[in-house]
Amino acid sequence: MTAPAYSPQPRIAPDETDVPRPLTARRGTQDRAFRGLARGSGGLVLGMMALVGGFLVLRGWQALRVDGIRFLTVQQWEPDSHDFGIAGVLTGSVLIGLTAIFFALPLALGTALYISEYAPAFLKRTLVSLVDLMAAIPSVVYGLWGFLFLQQHVIGVARFISTYLGWIPIFKVDGADPHNPLINLNVYSGSTFIAGLTVALMVTPIACSVMREAFSQAPLGEREGAYALGATRWGMIRTVVLPFGRGGIIGGTMLGLGRALGETIAVYIVISLGFTIQPHILQAGTGSVSALIANHYGAATAFDMAGLMAAGLALFLLTLIVNFAASAIVARSRSGAVSEA
Amino acid sequence: MDLYTETTPPQPQPEPQSQPGPATPPAGTTVVAEPGEPDRPERRRRTGGFRRDDLLALLGALAGALSFTLLLFTQLAPFDGLIGFFVVGYAAFLVFYTFLVALEESWPAVRDRLASAVVHSIALLLLLALGDVIVYVFSQGPQALRHLNFWTQDLRAAGPLQPLTIGGVRHAMIGTFEQITIALAITVPLGLLCAVFLNELPGRFARFVRTIADAATALPSVVAGLFVYAALIIGVQIGPVHLQIQKGGLAAGLAISVMMLPIIIRAADVVLRLVPGSLKEASYALGAGQWRTVWTVTLPTARSGLATAVILGSARGLGETSPVLLTAGYNTYTNGNPVQGPQTSLPLAVFKLVTSGEPLQIQRAYGAAAVLILVVLVLFITARIIGGHGPGHLTGRQRRARASASIRDLDRILARTAQNGSLP
Repeated sequence: MTAPAYSPQPRIAPDETDVPRPLTARRGTQDRAFRGLARGSGGLVLGMMALVGGFLVLRGWQALRVDGIRFLTVQQWEPDSHDFGIAGVLTGSVLIGLTAIFFALPLALGTALYISEYAPAFLKRTLVSLVDLMAAIPSVVYGLWGFLFLQQHVIGVARFISTYLGWIPIFKVDGADPHNPLINLNVYSGSTFIAGLTVALMVTPIACSVMREAFSQAPLGEREGAYALGATRWGMIRTVVLPFGRGGIIGGTMLGLGRALGETIAVYIVISLGFTIQPHILQAGTGSVSALIANHYGAATAFDMAGLMAAGLALFLLTLIVNFAASAIVARSRSGAVSEA
Repeated sequence: MDLYTETTPPQPQPEPQSQPGPATPPAGTTVVAEPGEPDRPERRRRTGGFRRDDLLALLGALAGALSFTLLLFTQLAPFDGLIGFFVVGYAAFLVFYTFLVALEESWPAVRDRLASAVVHSIALLLLLALGDVIVYVFSQGPQALRHLNFWTQDLRAAGPLQPLTIGGVRHAMIGTFEQITIALAITVPLGLLCAVFLNELPGRFARFVRTIADAATALPSVVAGLFVYAALIIGVQIGPVHLQIQKGGLAAGLAISVMMLPIIIRAADVVLRLVPGSLKEASYALGAGQWRTVWTVTLPTARSGLATAVILGSARGLGETSPVLLTAGYNTYTNGNPVQGPQTSLPLAVFKLVTSGEPLQIQRAYGAAAVLILVVLVLFITARIIGGHGPGHLTGRQRRARASASIRDLDRILARTAQNGSLP
């Protein structure tokens, strides 16, 4: 071997301490102004979001102070007689969200897998655009479609499920008699199930794009390793892509759930709004916090409005928690899997 | 001493190997086998693709499932309904397909085929659903759309009993246009600046802002409307000033801004992150300041992506109903003034018309919804055309322009050199 690259003797005298030279860049006026402006814009955005929360708290506080804990337990909406609560509508929102996710999860997962693993290369970009387009279609159009088209086709399914699986409590429908041929199908319309189906289509794209991104980051080496060990394509997906994309799957699903909880117009068009807890997802009449707000916003009294603000606050907090959890999961899964390009 | 030009490490002497040939090559060299006499032309083996047996199994399973389900639905069982037909048919298809593939393949291969079939059909289902939404609206829309008055009149004279030859959505189109313009005027400068901030001044504060903006992308739109209602329409007392605006276009534009801002920030942030760091560093190395670099390097490089972000954001914004519902009021006559009087937008018109429940109004709702989808589609296609390539990618025309610019520069330098006699 040759001599080492560094001589063991320090080249400077030991009493001269080697202090790192401070590196400072004097910024010009232009740069200082730019940095100030940029920071200011960040602060402005932050302030705006804080204002949204702040105003809801400010206005909703009036109602919450009167109502107290009953706000979370009462199942009707009579602010004028000081008897109101979001127990029913909040349950409705959550049930609609869960129903939507129940359908959206397999749809999004399958589509994301298709785009990232199965689709031929020339189709990928088109498919991604189509999924993005699906996210951009206005919610009122989905509402129109769900209310006027989907509902009449799905009512038969709802009747079928309630007839044969009605012994499971959530599929029970009060007032439905499968043996009566003249049965009024209205007991099945405007239900959590139909609203959930409509919302499922709206939240699938967002969940799908998060999942697709996570899947496409599964490392190439391990994919090829799986193939080299003799895995089939599905074997490779099951052992490489899905484990690597787990964060994306969970995070995307929760992002979709957050979207579904806050969805207003499509739900409002489809459901028949009620204020009691409706555990039967196939039955007409359910609640939703956002639909409650959309329905009552023209309220007469200031106190009425305060009640709606409090409901809006509850919805805001709920979606905020779900979204924070989702983005934390997505971010964590992303930081480990990313490869420097 | 240079670290990188050194002798190769001492190589371990390879074990003497039993070579088939008589001439043993010197150790450490790679032996390329003599190509043997090809007894038949070599053919490239196909490792992927679709084999005939796969196709036959697929077609067989489809035919079997179809016949089985038809038999079941028409002859054997008292089932009905289109959705039921598809569900049963699909289940039968999966069973038959599994069976057919299992005749020839091993179990892991069967599972692979089955998973592939399920994934393909789910993607197909989603595309069908998307197509169905669009086709349904476009099939119902023309009844109202084909009358010219639908584009040129407003709804002031069109009650639920007036035929479709009276009334239109001109007022809603004007309203949508004005509201999205207001929203863009606020969100584009603020959103892009904030995205630049997130990328150029990283740190704890930027990370915090990014987290909040990300979380706010899923802010329920009705909450955005409620905020503007609570803050501006009810009014707020700041010191001696009572800040209050009317329900109308401006309030709706502000509500849409609250909703759109996080979306634009996030999309622009992602695009700006893709700008190659080497370009920025080249700019710094040439002595440019941070603002110069942002203005002349970062933003132009990301231009097409930023345009896409803005266009997609506005597609989302103009389709929103709930913020507008709370803040715009609703009217049926044309109101071009965003600060005075209620102003309708297209989604709001669709919503009001469809919830009225009157058949003719629902026809008008279809018409307005078709216009709305058309606008979204146009925006979307524009975005795709503009943002068809990544940052830094140039079209042929741009590349030719750059090339001729650089030839001009060279000419200029050469001319100056000739003048001065030598290179400066």
